Amino acid sequence: MSFLINLAWSALGLAIMFAVLSLVVLSLVWLERKALGRLQLRFGPTRTGKFGLLQPVADAVKLILKEDIVPNDSEKAIFWVAPVIVVVSAFVIWVTIPGGENVVIKHLPLGLFYIVAFAVVGILGLVLAGWGSANKYGIMGGLRSAAQLISYEIPVVLVAAAVAILAQSLDLREIVAAQSSYPYMVVLPLGLVIFFIAGLAEVGRTPFDIYHAESEVVGGPFVEYSGAHWSVFFLAEYINTFAIAALTALLFLGGWGGPGLPDVVWFLFKTYAVILVVFWVRGTFPRLRIDQLMAFAWKVMVPLSFYTVIIAAVYRFYALPWWTLTILSLVGLGVAGWIIYRRMSAPARRVADIQRRLAARRETIASSSST
Amino acid sequence: MQLALFVIVTILTLGGALGVVATRNVVHAALFLLLSLLGAAGVYLLLFAEFLALVQVLIYGGAVIIVVLFAVMLTRSSEYPRITDNRQWPLALITAAALSVILGAAFWLAPDLATEPQAPAFTGLAASLFTKWALPFEIASLVLLVALIGAIIIARVQSSTTADNSPVEPEG
Repeated sequence: MSFLINLAWSALGLAIMFAVLSLVVLSLVWLERKALGRLQLRFGPTRTGKFGLLQPVADAVKLILKEDIVPNDSEKAIFWVAPVIVVVSAFVIWVTIPGGENVVIKHLPLGLFYIVAFAVVGILGLVLAGWGSANKYGIMGGLRSAAQLISYEIPVVLVAAAVAILAQSLDLREIVAAQSSYPYMVVLPLGLVIFFIAGLAEVGRTPFDIYHAESEVVGGPFVEYSGAHWSVFFLAEYINTFAIAALTALLFLGGWGGPGLPDVVWFLFKTYAVILVVFWVRGTFPRLRIDQLMAFAWKVMVPLSFYTVIIAAVYRFYALPWWTLTILSLVGLGVAGWIIYRRMSAPARRVADIQRRLAARRETIASSSST
Repeated sequence: MQLALFVIVTILTLGGALGVVATRNVVHAALFLLLSLLGAAGVYLLLFAEFLALVQVLIYGGAVIIVVLFAVMLTRSSEYPRITDNRQWPLALITAAALSVILGAAFWLAPDLATEPQAPAFTGLAASLFTKWALPFEIASLVLLVALIGAIIIARVQSSTTADNSPVEPEG
């Protein structure tokens, strides 16, 4: 009997989670269109309701009413199962992401690790979507998503491990409680930067949307999907974006901790602040090239995340004062920034060098001809 | 309740494993392997080894299967002859039998399996892994390193032979 009651409570919790996440996705669609519009000096949606607030509803209705085409040559079973894997792994991690001290469906002592583990399974859905569509762009996109997402998973996992070392726990509640005196962004700014960038790459937001880039692989794994099937991928992408923003808030910005207001309000405020930065990045940066993306992952992000884990462990082991970690973290960030700046400005420096040599040669010719 | 879950998980694991060897399509085989590995994670979960179950999902369910699919998609299966028989099958049979004997013996000799949650499982695991079992742990990572270097060597040799397009003399 108690088992049945437990089951009923779980079902109710999942239903509430589904409803809340659907509302969140609607709000994100509206916010993204408005924020991008403002960034590009236009208004965004204005016709549907006050401030275009009903635009996401109109979008959803349009998507569901569209014809759902299944290609003849596709492997039907894989074609059907791929969106399910993607969306289930997107929803499943929300079971243990807390929105407040007690606002969580199931409190898990290994919560952070659980989230990381099931986030990886979602990648599989993208690879299978590419394969099952029997489309060359789909397969290229699937390969790209496998390469990109596995590469960027490593920094995410390592930085999460560094935070777990600092908090001495994988329990999200304890991680937030450990940040009651100062949020971890103060001691680990390097970790925040790595986690945010790698998180963007994980969910395929715009500077890193290589695997479904329209101009390169015409939609990648999603190329043959339409109507309701495509909207499932769309839903998963927004839920994952929200999850990365929520995790950034929980791991680095002190979670629901804050003066005055209720904890859920603080959590939502911090999460939406991170989301706005995500949209800002999308509106600002052009897409990377695939080789640049992979080189950035393996030459910059992975070494830096190893450095983060090591400094967190050293800080913890020798019980150093907290500002040493801040300094070590900023040194790592500075060195990485300097190396990237040198690489970025290398062509300009080479041009300047050649011009200097040409000028010197011209001068010697001029002086030799005058004598 | 426990038994019912165990039966489901066992069917998942063994059925997936059977599917891996029965199917002709490599991608389907990889998917069946995923089913089997997730079933194994379910077995760990039923033994209250939550951490091990999550490791299973992360490494095998996620990373390994994705890398397998990646490799399968990069190769053109039509270029290779379809092999249905292999002269090494007695060797495989011996290996499988030896493995099952060792695992069975380990199962019989092992102390009783956990039937209730063990609270400090995670920290206890870390402590024993990095102090008592530190050497086997390091050897396991050495094996992975050897595999990695071996893969690089094989890849390099192949790329140098395909790079020069000189015709190969047929033997005999």
